[in-house]
Amino acid sequence: MGAYLSKRLSYIMIILAAASLMIFCLYAMTPGDFISSNIKLSAERKAELREIYGLNRPVLERYWTWLTHALRGDLGYSLAQQRPVLALFNTYIWNSFLLAVVSTFFTWVIAVIVGVVAAYRQYSWFDTLVMIVIFGAMSIPSFFIGLFLIKIFAVDLHLLPPGGITTTGSNAVGWAHVQEVIKHMTLPVAVMTLLGTGSLTRYFRSNMIDVIRQDYIRTARAKGVKESKVLFGHALRNAMLPAITLVGFELPALFGGSLIIEKIFNWPGIGQLYIQSFGQRDYPLLMGFTMLIAILTVIGTLLSDVLYRIADPRVKL
Amino acid sequence: MSSVSGAAAPGRGAKTAVKSSMWRQSVRLLLKNKLAIAGLVIVVLMFLACFIGPMFSPYADNKTNMRIMNRAPNLQHWLGTDKLGRDVLTRVLLAGRISLTVGLASMVLSVTLGTLLGALSGFFRGVVDQVIMRVADLLLTIPSLPLLFIFGALLSDWKVPPENRMYIVMLILSLVNWPSMARMIRGQMLSLREREFMQATTVLGLNNKRKLFHHLLPNLIPLIIVIATLNIGGAILSESVLSFFGLGVTAPTPTWGNMIDAANNLIDFQERPWLWMPPGLSIFITVIAINIFGDGLRDVLDPKQKR
Repeated sequence: MGAYLSKRLSYIMIILAAASLMIFCLYAMTPGDFISSNIKLSAERKAELREIYGLNRPVLERYWTWLTHALRGDLGYSLAQQRPVLALFNTYIWNSFLLAVVSTFFTWVIAVIVGVVAAYRQYSWFDTLVMIVIFGAMSIPSFFIGLFLIKIFAVDLHLLPPGGITTTGSNAVGWAHVQEVIKHMTLPVAVMTLLGTGSLTRYFRSNMIDVIRQDYIRTARAKGVKESKVLFGHALRNAMLPAITLVGFELPALFGGSLIIEKIFNWPGIGQLYIQSFGQRDYPLLMGFTMLIAILTVIGTLLSDVLYRIADPRVKL
Repeated sequence: MSSVSGAAAPGRGAKTAVKSSMWRQSVRLLLKNKLAIAGLVIVVLMFLACFIGPMFSPYADNKTNMRIMNRAPNLQHWLGTDKLGRDVLTRVLLAGRISLTVGLASMVLSVTLGTLLGALSGFFRGVVDQVIMRVADLLLTIPSLPLLFIFGALLSDWKVPPENRMYIVMLILSLVNWPSMARMIRGQMLSLREREFMQATTVLGLNNKRKLFHHLLPNLIPLIIVIATLNIGGAILSESVLSFFGLGVTAPTPTWGNMIDAANNLIDFQERPWLWMPPGLSIFITVIAINIFGDGLRDVLDPKQKR
């Protein structure tokens, strides 16, 4: 295990270094920079600013500067907001996390319950209905369903706010503030839950179907164990086992925000920050965000492999 | 089932006979799955409507007509007109041509690339495998949406004419999608090459080309067909996201994604849902039909994966 971990970690380091170089070059290739979008500046002033920010240096030199700073835990200053990138991440990431954590919770609860019942009654009308809804959830363009729900619930029915995290100009505190945030997050959470539930329910359903056919389930029934206990005690526990690998894959989604949902619902999360910075070519921030997701992705993959090993000792790493 | 068709067949003639009966059996099984057939019918209808439908539309020239702009759906214009007086129904169908073509073409590209690279990597192992898989790892590490954003922005910088943008969008989507395909094919290759029928080909002294193209890849065809089908839906969704953000195919070429862009205008969004709802529903219906059909196909062609 120790040798395996050190091998994996060194490979992760190499892949991350290669990925960061590639991302840096790609961002450097994207047309325009932070300064060229400002039409108020004269040509001389632009050249002067590029000199100050080091934007006129060769790409590799800039990359080296970025890398050495990043390794020391300094992701640089956002050009547009004049604040350290890490401080900005710390402000925005928790808004994203709030959405992600609540929707992940609902997604898992719904997926487990619906998946188990659908598997138990395989080929019943309920199961068919679930399958159709699952396919529906997997086929909706996320931005479209977001717009659609805003149109119905916010514009037509005036039940929920169309976007943002609080009402503009509101300075409610305490319980009133919490209520306001809950109201604002209902729609984005609903969309994220809907989008996530599809594939996860399918996953639990097929795992459960595999487990129900096993001999030990028949044994449990033969012993006269209550059906609910067979299902949720014996079967579900074993059906959940492979799902432990999914925990790692949730990692980027938990902290990386959702670009599309946050944009549609104007949610002040890290994904929205990224889209805004992309328009402004705020390189330090773009670079920081992309690397953050890349790091979370590789760590998540490693985590799921290790967790799987712990959960199922038969698996060799 | 598939290894039998490849290994047990002694001669060429017998091989085709075994193969065709396998395919006939699959078709028969598929026809029993009503849901999958319904999906297939919807996909075919969608293709027909988009590629033939506009020919019967009196508004197919896509001409602007300021006198009838922003009309709600009525008898002349079943889905109303847009801000330039163009018929929305005709535009949705024309957009469908682009979206479906992009989805189909980028699927073909990424599946071909992924299959080829995955097969080479799993078959030859060693250095080839290392190089291909490290590149795949690299592309999988970088989050795909930012990658698509960057490529989209580059696209605008290269001053690609709008009518050619769709070809580049296809390339971009397949570039992002091939690694996962390659990984899966590689895994399958690694297990297939250890099977008895492959030892037999070694004993027979067959060369690599023949082993790869006559004995290994035919066994993967059912799996490839299933993944390819499901990939079309994914590609249509990705294209719509890119175009919605103005980074994919841009106006005046309509696609389902960039038509929904009308919703970014507050008045159009609130007062004129006929501008952005039909393209969104078209995406939804097409992709759900493709997914249901693909799932039915999987049950038939790849029974190991059966639910």
